[in-house]
Amino acid sequence: MDHQQEKVQLFGMWASPYVYKVKWALSIKGVEYEYVEEDLWNKSRQLLKHNPVHKKVPVLVYNGKPVAESDVIVQFIDDVWKGHGGRILPEEPHERAMARFWARFVPDKLSPPIWKWFTTAGGEEQDAAHDAAMEQLRVLEEELAHGGNEFFAGDSVGLVDLSLGALAYVIPMYEEIIGERLVIEERFPSLYAWMGRFLAAPPVKDHLPPMEELKLRFRAIREYFVKNA
Amino acid sequence: MAREGDLKLLGLVVSPFVVRVRMALSMKGVSYEYIEQDVFNKSELLIRYNPVHKKVPVLIHHGKPICESLAIVEYVDEVWGGGAPPSILPADPYERATARFWATYVDDKLFPAWIGVMKAATEEEKAEKVSQTLAVLLHLEEAFAKCSNGKAFFGGDSVGYLDLALGCNLFWFETLREMFDVELIDEGRTPLLASWAQRFGEAAAVKDLVPNVDKAVEHAKKMRRVFVH
Repeated sequence: MDHQQEKVQLFGMWASPYVYKVKWALSIKGVEYEYVEEDLWNKSRQLLKHNPVHKKVPVLVYNGKPVAESDVIVQFIDDVWKGHGGRILPEEPHERAMARFWARFVPDKLSPPIWKWFTTAGGEEQDAAHDAAMEQLRVLEEELAHGGNEFFAGDSVGLVDLSLGALAYVIPMYEEIIGERLVIEERFPSLYAWMGRFLAAPPVKDHLPPMEELKLRFRAIREYFVKNA
Repeated sequence: MAREGDLKLLGLVVSPFVVRVRMALSMKGVSYEYIEQDVFNKSELLIRYNPVHKKVPVLIHHGKPICESLAIVEYVDEVWGGGAPPSILPADPYERATARFWATYVDDKLFPAWIGVMKAATEEEKAEKVSQTLAVLLHLEEAFAKCSNGKAFFGGDSVGYLDLALGCNLFWFETLREMFDVELIDEGRTPLLASWAQRFGEAAAVKDLVPNVDKAVEHAKKMRRVFVH
């Protein structure tokens, strides 16, 4: 079956890191698709039909059949377009299990303290969040350094890189807005280098959000949280 | 078939995530050394093999650890795949994506809700958590209708990935019924799940692995003493 002939739609939103994760996965496989931008304040009937449980983006619709949850979508893409483009999950079972483990690490352990740091006004509470974020980053740094590869599982962008990916442009933005560094090159040399490599990688570099608009959006978000604390 | 020395499982008798993995191993007919952990007094072994989370289950195969129960189940399915033992995950990519979506939903939405019932400090909080749990179960009732296609299990004619993901929580629902007189899966509200739960409980592959409700009650009381103020 020629998968290029199957109809693929991606429902997304320009600022969502989860949508970009899926875009990068589609790019790794060289899949053509129709992109549908959603207004999350006024969700389309199609989106609500395709993701009634969470009503969120991203949703991939493959031949009329919807797939939701970005990690699930990425693995689906890897399955359907097996043999096309690059591998998203490694081949060996133990490495696959490790990839799945590290992919969960980002939303479970790393993102919460980073978000807390970003949405808390300066002071003790914010410092504590900053320290907590650094602790989790150290774990990742060790993992990356230990592997000794360009990317987490090898020489090309894979599942863990995709999970972590948005942080490569989000963290520098947060640092600029708050006026405090988080990923300092001297402290996190492997992570710092990985961030640059990720943003320059072929499946990623032409599929990044509009940075100035995103920065404005983040500034507004921080102001909102700090004011309503 | 793995020799006992090659495969170890660090677990906790009453952990649904551990029960899930034991069920998967049992379906494959794999033997292993089971090492019970004290989660109130974590062993060096647990800390060494799961330094990031320090949680069970941890599967150790040829000295290499695999953590996160759903990743472990996929690993078990891949390593002991093919031939006579049934496949845990469906073969079709779309069905696999659907199973993964709902399994993630069970862990992200159902688990926190019912744990909230167990840990509730006030009657109000308990009622709220029960309400949340019931709402989640309603979605799972719909999921069963779609996934089972009129057959006995989420996975079709036999127990599959999603059956394990949800099924391992059932003994805790009985425990909560005993402790607080709450009926979570009820014939009136979720008839499909109620009859599925009965079939799951009787399925050969899993029935000897469900712990005694008394043990879960004991553990819940201990948790409440530690966590509820």
